[in-house]
Amino acid sequence: MSTARAAAILLAKELRLEFRTRELLSATIVFAMVIVVLFSFAFDPTAAESRRYGPGLLWISFLFAGSLMLNPSFAREQANDTLDALRMAPISPFAILSAKMLANFIFMSLVELVLVPVFGVLYNVSLAGVAGRLILVLALGTIGLTVTGTVFSAISSHARMRELLLPLLLLPILTPLLIGAVEATASLLLDRPELDRTWVALLAGFDIVFLTASWLLCDYLIEE
Amino acid sequence: MPVTPATSRAAVPSFGISFDSVERRFGSFVALRGISLQILSGEFVALLGANGAGKTTLLRIAALLASPTRGKVRFTAGQGSGDCSSIAEAKKLTGMVGHSTLLYDELTAAENLTLFAQLYGLDGISVRVANSLQSCGLGSRAASLVRTFSRGMRQRLAIARALLHQPRLFLLDEPAAGLDRQGLVWLGETLEALRKDGCTVLMSTHARNESLDLAARAVVLDGGMVKQDSGSGGDPRPVLAALRADT
Repeated sequence: MSTARAAAILLAKELRLEFRTRELLSATIVFAMVIVVLFSFAFDPTAAESRRYGPGLLWISFLFAGSLMLNPSFAREQANDTLDALRMAPISPFAILSAKMLANFIFMSLVELVLVPVFGVLYNVSLAGVAGRLILVLALGTIGLTVTGTVFSAISSHARMRELLLPLLLLPILTPLLIGAVEATASLLLDRPELDRTWVALLAGFDIVFLTASWLLCDYLIEE
Repeated sequence: MPVTPATSRAAVPSFGISFDSVERRFGSFVALRGISLQILSGEFVALLGANGAGKTTLLRIAALLASPTRGKVRFTAGQGSGDCSSIAEAKKLTGMVGHSTLLYDELTAAENLTLFAQLYGLDGISVRVANSLQSCGLGSRAASLVRTFSRGMRQRLAIARALLHQPRLFLLDEPAAGLDRQGLVWLGETLEALRKDGCTVLMSTHARNESLDLAARAVVLDGGMVKQDSGSGGDPRPVLAALRADT
């Protein structure tokens, strides 16, 4: 069976499990919303301050929400050792990993879909004119976040203090992604918005490097 | 009713498994100490021993879920005449019932079986899943979430899942756990059908399990080593009788 076919089957399983329980998605959306609202109350930014600091606050919210959401990605396969069942099936380990990455990308995109309009309203930032370019930046940043996060979720899933370990491993690694995403988003909030290609290239490079690394190392990531 | 394949797989040859000086360590703890064992194609082997003897570790290595720290494991076609063409080929033909059910609690019984049927690339999935559920006595609960099942029902479904792709090497780790009287009879019938079909079976269990009477060979592990082996073609009854007398 091809890796793509196996990944599609497993992606359908991930989506079915999450949309049936909704435990991960609803908790993450609420958590991310609370962060954005608290930042808004804490700083009470003017329109100019929002344009300057808003992208950083937005992406830090995504990162915190992501580290919360990505943690159970592999951990919940441990309940009945279902990861063993997947490892025994005649499919590529990358199919298992990529299905998780795709599912996390979809979940994270849904969180952003809810959060970005709320951010626009609370921080008095107009995003309508830059929606297409913003979606590109969000997509590139979210790919990097979910690819890296899923890999570290697999690594930390066997650890005793995995809830603590994942953010400790993940957040420092995501620093270049955070800088690129914040700068690219900030360039869209200027009076004359223009997508900064340097930062977009950094985001794309980050995604390619980590996606390639996860493909090369998937055997070790999925094994016992 | 035993789990019977929709189409018999007797035409697909079984394969054996050969452990060559297999050692497995977990940190400083040595779970297996140089196990050498050749299980022939079509053999029904009972793997016995006290808790911590290394039975589960050996089964996990056979299922390719763990690697030996030292030594080699080979899947052998026929009577040890040649190796399986690939790991993927061995995976396609191997089934395992483990300590855990290996099932998703938030999927229904039918969804669980369908998922694994898809991953094994099986055809006629809906018929196969319906037959499998009927066979294990869960036909009326096909649409129920697994989390609503009792321990025994989960174990039946776990066995049905492991047999869905008609494995030719079947590994069982305490398969009778949680099964009631009726379930034990069903398990015995299922294993008997597999034995007749020429499937290689390696089953870890305790001495009181009645399914042990099906075993053509008994291997006793102790402290990660083979303590007793009735051998291929030997009589396992003295080994089993001695163990039953002990327990």
